[in-house]
Amino acid sequence: MSAIYLTIEDLHVKSVSGTVLVDGVSLSLKRGEVLGLIGESGAGKSTIGLASMVYARAGCHITGGQVIVNGKSVRDLNHNDRRAVRGQRIAYISQSAAASFNPAHTLMDQVCEMPVKHGLMSPPEARTWALELFRALGLPDPERFGDRYPHQVSGGQLQRAMAAMAMSCRPDVLVLDEPTTALDVTTQIEVLALLKKLIRDHNMAALYITHDLAVVAQVADRIMVLRHGRMVELGATDQILHRPKQPYTTALVAERSAAEHLEGVGSESLRSEDVLTVSQVTAAYGETVVIRDVSISVGRGQTVAVVGESGSGKSSLARLIAGLLPRAGGDVRLNGNSLAASFKDRNREQLRKVQLIYQLPDVALNPRQTIGEIIGRPVSLYFGLPSVEVKRRVRELLTMVGLPENYTDRLSTALSGGQKQRVCIARALAAKPEVIICDEPTSALDPLVADDILKLLKKLQDELGVAYLFITHDLGVVRRIAHRTAVMFKGEFVSEGPTRTVFSPPFHPYTKRLIASVPETRTDWLDEILAQRSVH
Amino acid sequence: MRLFGHTPPTSAWVGLTIIFFYASVVLLAPWIAPYGQSESVAGTWDPPSAMFWLGTDNIGRDIFSRLIFGARTTVAVALITTLLSFLIGTVTGFLSAVEGKFIDMMLSRFVDVMLSIPMLIFSLIILSVFGSSIPVLILTIAALDATRVFRLARAVAMDIVVTEFVEVARLRGEGLWWVMRREILPNAAPPMIAEFGLRFCFNFLFVAGLSFLGLGIQPPLADWGGMVRDNAQAITFGLMAPLWPAIAIALMTIGVNLVVDWILSINSRPSGASAEM
Repeated sequence: MSAIYLTIEDLHVKSVSGTVLVDGVSLSLKRGEVLGLIGESGAGKSTIGLASMVYARAGCHITGGQVIVNGKSVRDLNHNDRRAVRGQRIAYISQSAAASFNPAHTLMDQVCEMPVKHGLMSPPEARTWALELFRALGLPDPERFGDRYPHQVSGGQLQRAMAAMAMSCRPDVLVLDEPTTALDVTTQIEVLALLKKLIRDHNMAALYITHDLAVVAQVADRIMVLRHGRMVELGATDQILHRPKQPYTTALVAERSAAEHLEGVGSESLRSEDVLTVSQVTAAYGETVVIRDVSISVGRGQTVAVVGESGSGKSSLARLIAGLLPRAGGDVRLNGNSLAASFKDRNREQLRKVQLIYQLPDVALNPRQTIGEIIGRPVSLYFGLPSVEVKRRVRELLTMVGLPENYTDRLSTALSGGQKQRVCIARALAAKPEVIICDEPTSALDPLVADDILKLLKKLQDELGVAYLFITHDLGVVRRIAHRTAVMFKGEFVSEGPTRTVFSPPFHPYTKRLIASVPETRTDWLDEILAQRSVH
Repeated sequence: MRLFGHTPPTSAWVGLTIIFFYASVVLLAPWIAPYGQSESVAGTWDPPSAMFWLGTDNIGRDIFSRLIFGARTTVAVALITTLLSFLIGTVTGFLSAVEGKFIDMMLSRFVDVMLSIPMLIFSLIILSVFGSSIPVLILTIAALDATRVFRLARAVAMDIVVTEFVEVARLRGEGLWWVMRREILPNAAPPMIAEFGLRFCFNFLFVAGLSFLGLGIQPPLADWGGMVRDNAQAITFGLMAPLWPAIAIALMTIGVNLVVDWILSINSRPSGASAEM
């Protein structure tokens, strides 16, 4: 039984257009072992995860290699026998639980469906097993939890319900595809710990796919680093984290550990005049108050970060300042002059001085306009330059954000995520703004790319003296670039001040919890945190 | 062979060929028609012969020539109507999506009222009140058709208006016209183009239908719907006369639909083939 349970040999996956997605990757998994697959988006992690069930996404084909589950080659099986392997022997947990549940059925029905359909259990048996799983996964009120519909439970609970669904057929292998990435840091810990316990208790094998080195450090016995569909390095978790052999792995580890250390940006001496002052603003969506009595000021050339989990109201604050969300009270001032509540009532000069950078560069750029048009428009609109001048300025801006000048004729759809975000930055800079509101500008990007974007933003600030209001959930980002930080919780600031002060004792209890929840690359971090929590 | 960066399937090629054929007939009508459209050149319902390829109609006019001239009137009226209805429908639809709740409410409720009246009854009333001339015909059908276009344009634009690039444009202080023309229109174009083909067919059939009822294009101008009506009685004598214009209508409709199907399939196709199971 201790023998190798899942083997993938020399796997090749191609898309219909001929792009190589996975190029000759081999791996093997013993019972009770967790293998972490790590890499940037496009590295082929998810494709390998799905290929372990001999499944390829629409538009992809497995073109070569073997997948052997419990001594049988799955690629040689017929359609019906393959179905017996999927779900029963190997189960899959995806990143977005919300998209994996059918909103029209109760959770219990969906968790019980697979074992009953496959004829493994009778409906009452499946129900009993599901309740046991709900209990093991620490779901509240397990007896009645199953009667709810997917939209009636929180994201973290739904992710756990999905783990229950994957476990429903008592599989031998779990494929976990970024199971905690979409969750808040404080929720992530709980889910991570439960998944780890589940795998250990049932002596399963698991493939753990993630882009976060710190997360994989907590659960994996071995780590495989992937890039462009090929294996870069495979080794024991300790070796990868502390003695990486390949330069790419070294860069990944270095980026991650940089995020854990506070850099010297929190100089309190930097007191300049305030560009943007927000005083005691309040906002609500209908009856629900999302921002309560929030005040903050941003000095010229300064970066002020607003940190919080999803639902804390930080993005609403950004939208309120931009004039997209109506405010119920308070005042927003730019250079001492009050700004109208709605952007429609602000004049062009006021609009020019406050620019926005969004989280998802894909939807922030019009897919039918060229880069030149996108960046050139604010230039011609605000400064009324002749077209030759506009073109010159566009080239200058492209150089500034580190893109080649000849990109002007391309459509944004032809660029990578990081490049798109650079175009968004260039577009914001084209208006020569005084404040840029950055709403999670790096959270949709791969770690190394996000790091470059942060460096670019910092460099541009030094050169141009623009102020940033930086909305983020990532404490690593805050520590690296923010002069001042505000911690937001349920629509209010629980702590505000110079970054260094906010992140030094004495902490506000919520700040402390937030800091403690950020995964560290030490392998024993998770156990330590859990031990601390159970003491309290 | 590739067209606009896509490879049309055989069915689309058939449709494209039909449309190209009709387009050349429309453009070259006076040069290829052997007789004038209102010339009475032979006896009633003469059978096909070397002189009159498809025979003659109820008052001795050459059917082949009338088919060729009929293509001109029918296609031109349908095309102008569809262009006009798209102009009205798209602008109001986009306006409804962009301009906020009040305008949207007013326009949408007005369109609901219009949609609740059957199209045929409505146009029969208008045409009998104002008399049937080509401009009245075009305006009436365009106005009615624009309500359908409005619904699509509004729905498509609603999805685009909420995207962040539109938000960026509005925050930049762009005017309404810019947002509609530069941000929304290019992204709404693919489904609107497909709808254009379909609505062209509907309008084309509607014009033919009205002509058949005697309220469409008036004699002596030739048009296919009117030709079917003029020669309808010939069917009782077992003659082919009314079938030729009917076939022309059918062929045009099929041709346009084949091309529309292809355009629709380009838009709805996921980025690749089906999953490997």
